[in-house]
Amino acid sequence: MSDTVGIVIVSHSRDIAKGTADMVRQMVGSEVKVAFCGGDPDGGLGTNVPGIIDAINDAWSTKGVAILVDLGGAETNSEMAVEMLEPERRKMVVVCNAPIVEGAVMAATEAAGGSSLEQVRAVAEELTAG
Amino acid sequence: MLETSADGPFVTGKVRLVHAVGMHARPAVKLTKLAKRFQAQISVRASEAADWINAKSVAKVMALRAPRDSIIEIKAHGDDAEAAVAALIDLVATDFPDAGS
Repeated sequence: MSDTVGIVIVSHSRDIAKGTADMVRQMVGSEVKVAFCGGDPDGGLGTNVPGIIDAINDAWSTKGVAILVDLGGAETNSEMAVEMLEPERRKMVVVCNAPIVEGAVMAATEAAGGSSLEQVRAVAEELTAG
Repeated sequence: MLETSADGPFVTGKVRLVHAVGMHARPAVKLTKLAKRFQAQISVRASEAADWINAKSVAKVMALRAPRDSIIEIKAHGDDAEAAVAALIDLVATDFPDAGS
């Protein structure tokens, strides 16, 4: 019960990914693990599968990991990263269909209360349903 | 304050929102996080709105958009309802201090 769902933020821009992670830490607190990745190694825009896998590992929790993404490739690369995990870990990672900043804050708030991965995803996606 | 209804006893309380910009994102996150520590069902509403909302739903609490000086009402139902209402009233009355966790 002490462990909380981890949050991974994947943006094309490193600044957006880092800024979103900072916002989550400042608004929600440090009890939820938050990892981020974004940009390509040359400082340009982009996302990459190995970077996302590293972020998933950094945010790993026995309760699973919720990923928040921005556009197109961030989502497809995140799905690819999940596919490349070991089968038993694969089902403990979800890519949320939610706006990246708002979704990350809402998901982390829900996670901080000890909620399950499905509850965390549902709260993040509440914003999309409305 | 103790009020009874068809669903059993409710503990209720009221507090004035003193936060400079009202119930925006950070206070909403703090209120939701605190509410989640209790087992009780907890509802809040602002300025006598028709609908009560679930205090444990961060999206709904954020959507309250209660301005400064509005009256926040809290009602809770369950074993630790009294402690929950007291804690939440204290959080709002003390202007959402940084708790450290």
